[in-house]
Amino acid sequence: MSQTSVSAAPPIHPAAVAVKTRGALYQLTERKALPGAISIIGFLIAWQLSITWELPYLSNIPYPKDVWDSLYESVLKSSYWNDWKMSLIRVFVGFTVGQVVGIPLGLAMGASKTIKALCFPVFEMLRPIPPIAWIPLSILFWPTEELSIYFLTFIGAFFVIVLNVMQGVSSIDLSVKRAAISLGASRKDIFFKIMIPGSLPSIVTGMTVGIGVTWNVLIAAEMIAGHGGLGRGTWEAYTNGNLPLILVGMVSIGFAGYITSSLVRVIGEKAMPWRRKF
Amino acid sequence: MNKAANGKIEIVNAGKIYDPAGIHVVAVENCSFNLEAGQFVSVVGPSGCGKSTLLNTIAGFDTITSGEILMDGELLASPEIQTPPGPDRVVVFQGGALFPWKTVSENIIYGPVIQKNMERPEAEKMAISLLNRVGLTKVETKYPSELSSGVQRRVEILRALINQPKIMMLDEPFRALDAVAKSVMHNFLLELFDENPRTMFFITHDLDEAIYLSDLVVVMTTRPAKVKKIIKIDLPRPRRLDVIKTEIYRSVKADLLSIVHEEALKAFKAGEREMA
Repeated sequence: MSQTSVSAAPPIHPAAVAVKTRGALYQLTERKALPGAISIIGFLIAWQLSITWELPYLSNIPYPKDVWDSLYESVLKSSYWNDWKMSLIRVFVGFTVGQVVGIPLGLAMGASKTIKALCFPVFEMLRPIPPIAWIPLSILFWPTEELSIYFLTFIGAFFVIVLNVMQGVSSIDLSVKRAAISLGASRKDIFFKIMIPGSLPSIVTGMTVGIGVTWNVLIAAEMIAGHGGLGRGTWEAYTNGNLPLILVGMVSIGFAGYITSSLVRVIGEKAMPWRRKF
Repeated sequence: MNKAANGKIEIVNAGKIYDPAGIHVVAVENCSFNLEAGQFVSVVGPSGCGKSTLLNTIAGFDTITSGEILMDGELLASPEIQTPPGPDRVVVFQGGALFPWKTVSENIIYGPVIQKNMERPEAEKMAISLLNRVGLTKVETKYPSELSSGVQRRVEILRALINQPKIMMLDEPFRALDAVAKSVMHNFLLELFDENPRTMFFITHDLDEAIYLSDLVVVMTTRPAKVKKIIKIDLPRPRRLDVIKTEIYRSVKADLLSIVHEEALKAFKAGEREMA
């Protein structure tokens, strides 16, 4: 402590202790990237070790290095990228059609009691059916495999978005609606200028959840019915007994899902500037 | 802003019976009082006593089941008639009702633009000059979530005032604010009122607030709500904070307290009866 101060320093409380400086580990983990790297590298090491130590049931799993090599090989093949393309198109079509049909329906059901009374019972009857359970019917019903997969991904996104939008509309504060009416808004204004922006946060939530469900359904559908696509690729690796390639497929699917949901999140943030973190 | 054109409200024997599942609940009974044009009227009374029913009926969101309410001599509401809400009778709501997806300036110009009274640029200019006049600078492009609740409330009041309503209704607008923010709000509201007095219908639980702001304090009884007493506040305008030291203020406060206390006791006993 500096001794230059003229006034005498007050006596120190007997129970006082010196302030601890944070440890080296804390200094490192304070940055976000580092714990992230530690976590991932730790996982890879655990993976590697569990095979070298021949832990029970884990002996069939390929080494990280084999998966990496297999991934490297795949990336150079056009068939791998073709799988990506097919899956992305299927997700995009089903998801987009789901939004285009689902958002207006959700808005209408949220805004009008009559429409809700007419549509909701059927909706609630079909909604609890897991999208994967639609696979057999879908294959029988649609003339082409591609159409049936589009339909299944559509189902995956559709129910989620409708439910979210509907709840979003009905959760808009009554006084916000009343304020708008009182300021001169017509019924049309209320729908377009209050209900739509007011339910936007729920629309984005519905889209974020929906894109995840869409991938779930897609992979199952591709494994059962598809030609091509990341799900099919993974399944074929299984039937060929190519273990590293199965993992390549899984990682690719995870990454694809991550990319698309990030995209949805970015679109959501762009659409709602008032929701930005300050 | 122009002088408010009239805005006299007459509430004549107004009554409201809710009838959910055939059980009559008398919310308001034989309620009569007037709000003269340009008068600041506060309504105080126990919670759930039907003050908001009156406010909502004047605003056009609710109906009465007996009696009538007139504005400037014209029938506004009766059991047969309900006048739809409009910018001549704007409400500032308890919980705050700014549009979260609009900036401050977009919020303020919402009324004039949607009624096609003003072009957007003109309205924006007016919004900014209004904001500046009340000392709110550099907030026009902010979103409500970026503002403190006190500033939000001031913006909401400006959003109502830009429409030059005949009557402004405020339903416990400062309830959620702390004491410091509240006193800022009072002076803000008084300044706007002094500059251009228009009819104010102000619901509150806070007796000091009611006396400090109002020309008239209407005390309501517990349910069914009737007018218990109307107290005229003879304090000079423009009001400054030092009026609370005056003898008039103190005696009015004492009067009000004893009346409100009596009603609160009744409400308490009624509650006990209901519990028994």
